Amino acid sequence: MATVSLKKLTKRYGNMEIVHGIDLDIADREFIALVGPSGCGKSTTLRMIAGLEDISGGNIDIGGRVVNDLPPRSRNISMVFQSYALYPHMTVRENLGFSLKIAGAAKDDMDRRVAEASAILGLDDLLERRPSQLSGGQRQRVAMGRAIVRDPDVFLFDEPLSNLDAKLRTQMRTEIKKLHAKVNSTVIYVTHDQVEAMTLADRIVIMRSGHIEQVGTPDEVFSRPATRFVAGFIGSPPMNLHEATVSDGRLVFSGGDSLPLPGQFKSKTAAGDKVVFGIRPDDFYPTGHGLSSGGETEVHRVDLPVSITEPLGNETLVFAEFNGADWISRMLNPRPLKAGDRIGMSFDLSRAHLFSAETGKSLRS
Amino acid sequence: MDENASARLARRALTVAHRVGLFLAMLLICLPGIWIVLSSLRPTVEIMAKPPVWIPQELSFDAYVAMFSGIGKGGIPVLDYFRNSLIISVTSTVIAVAIGMAGGYAFARYRFRGKSGMFLGLMLTRTVPGIAMSLPLFFVYARLGIIDTHFGMILAYVALNIPFTIWLIDGFFRQVPKDLAEAAQIDGCTRWQAFWQVEFPLARPGIASAAIFAFLTCWNEFALASQLTRSVNSKTLPVGLLDYTAEFTIDWRGMCALAVVMIIPALTLTYIVQKHLVGGLTSGAVKG
Repeated sequence: MATVSLKKLTKRYGNMEIVHGIDLDIADREFIALVGPSGCGKSTTLRMIAGLEDISGGNIDIGGRVVNDLPPRSRNISMVFQSYALYPHMTVRENLGFSLKIAGAAKDDMDRRVAEASAILGLDDLLERRPSQLSGGQRQRVAMGRAIVRDPDVFLFDEPLSNLDAKLRTQMRTEIKKLHAKVNSTVIYVTHDQVEAMTLADRIVIMRSGHIEQVGTPDEVFSRPATRFVAGFIGSPPMNLHEATVSDGRLVFSGGDSLPLPGQFKSKTAAGDKVVFGIRPDDFYPTGHGLSSGGETEVHRVDLPVSITEPLGNETLVFAEFNGADWISRMLNPRPLKAGDRIGMSFDLSRAHLFSAETGKSLRS
Repeated sequence: MDENASARLARRALTVAHRVGLFLAMLLICLPGIWIVLSSLRPTVEIMAKPPVWIPQELSFDAYVAMFSGIGKGGIPVLDYFRNSLIISVTSTVIAVAIGMAGGYAFARYRFRGKSGMFLGLMLTRTVPGIAMSLPLFFVYARLGIIDTHFGMILAYVALNIPFTIWLIDGFFRQVPKDLAEAAQIDGCTRWQAFWQVEFPLARPGIASAAIFAFLTCWNEFALASQLTRSVNSKTLPVGLLDYTAEFTIDWRGMCALAVVMIIPALTLTYIVQKHLVGGLTSGAVKG
C-alpha cells in the first residue's frame, strides 16, 4: 500500500501541451477519482502514473519512490482498462495467473492466489472459460481479478464501467466499492461519469484542459464548487448558471429580470460587477415542494410559467421560464403540472453560488 | 396448397439449386487439377485426342516409374530438383516471415518519419513483374558469381516476398488491440515478453498465412528461376518441368507427373498449416 504524489506533472506531444504541470497528493488507501470531460487529460495522467506514457516534466512518486523512468512492471501497480484487455488466447485462470507466471511464482502459490481472487469476485465457475465466452460484466470482473492477484501498491482504473449497460454499471459500481473495502489499497479511478466519481471516491479531482479545477470530497465539490466549470460539471441535473450584473443590491440578468443579491455576497461584489449566478435545481423549487423544510433563511418567491416537465416518479423536473431561459427545478412530492401553468417558485438564495464572469472562480470564501 | 407449404417447397428447391450450382463451380475449379492427375496416368495419344477423352481407357504409372529411373531411361534428376526446391523455398520463407514480422509489427505499432512513404514504396515494388527483373538480376548475379546457387535464389525470393509478408502481417498486428500489450507490461512483462506472450500468439493466423503464401510463391516461381538456375545445383521443380520438352516434342505425360509430384507437398503443407488460419481468435479481448 502506498501514497502517490504528482509534482508539476507535464505531458507534451510535440509542441502541444496536454497536461500542464499538475500537483496532487494521494494518501495511502485513498480512493481518488479523476473526472472531467473527454480530452481533459485525465486518462493521460493515469497512463503516466502507470508508465505507459513517458512524462515530459515533473515527478511521479509512488510509495516514496520516484518512478519517472521506471517501466510499468517495476512500479508495482495494476490497471483495469476500459476495454478490459483480457488475453483472448488464455482461459480465465491463465488470465488471472499471468502476472504470477511472468514473475516466476511457484505453482501452488499461483493456484492459491488465483483461487483467492476468484473467490472474492465470484469467478469460480468461469475459470476454464475463455474471455470470448464471458458476458461484459464477467469480463469486467476477470479484469479486476487480474488486478487483485498482483497485490499491487496502487490500483489504476481507466473508465472501467463505460462499456457496460446502465444496470450492470450500477451493480459493478457497488462491487468496486466493496472490493476497495476488502483489499484496502490506494485507488486512482478515471471516469467521465460524475455519478461514479461521487459514489465511489473519497476525494474527487476535477480536471479540465490539462489543469486541475478542484480537489475535494464529494460533498465539497458539490456544495462548494470552486469554479463555474465544477459547478456545471458536478450534479445531475446540472446547476442553473446565468450571467448577471450587480446593480443596486440586485442581480440583473440580460433579459431584464432580476433577483436580490444573496446576502453572503454583498461584501464581495461592487455595483457593475459581471458575475455568473448559479443555483442547483434542489434550491430552486415549486413553493412547498422543496428539500428544505422551513430552514430557509433567504427565500425569494416569484410566479413563473412552466415550459416543460419531466416526471421521474418520486420527483418531477420542472423547467420554469425565467428571464427568457428555462431554469431546471426539482419538484418533490410532485403534483401534475402542464406546460403553460403558472406556479409559485422559490429561490433559496442562501444556497446560491456566485462566480466571477471573468475568471470563473467562486466568489464565496 | 397453403402458403406455408409452398414457401417450404420453394426453400427446399432453392437449397437444391444452391448445391447443384456449388457443385458445378467446384467442378470447374478442380478440373485443371483433375486433368493433370489424369494426364499423368495415360498415354500421349489419349491426352492429345480430339474430342477429348474424358473417361481414361487405360491407366498406368509408367511416367512416375520413368521419372525416378535415372538419366537415359527417360528419367530426370527429380530428387535433386526436389531438394533444391525445398531448401530454397523453406529458407526464403523463414527469412521473409521473420523480416515480415519485424517490419509488420513496426508499421502496425510505431509512428516514425516517412512511414507511409516507406510502406507505399514497399508495395510499389510489387507492381514490377518478376520477369522484368530477370534480365537486370541476371547481370548483377553474373557479376557477383551467384548464378546457379541456392544463395542467389534465396536472396531473390526473400526480396520478392518481403513486401507481401510485411503488408499481410502488419494487418494482423493492427487487429491485436494495443491495450493487450500494455496490460501485459503492467502484468510484469518487458516489451519483448509482451510481444511473444500476447501479441505473437494472437497474430499467429496472419503469420501462418503469410508463411503459406511466401512458401507457395517460391515453390511455384518459374520466371526468375528459369534465368538464374543452370544445373542440378540449383534448378527447382518448376524449371525441371522444362526437361520434358525436347526440340520437337513435349512429353506431356511426364510433365504432368512431375506437376503432381510438385503439387503434393504444397497441398500437404497448406493442409497442415490451415488449422492455424482460424481467425477470430482476438474476439473477446476487448469490450463485447
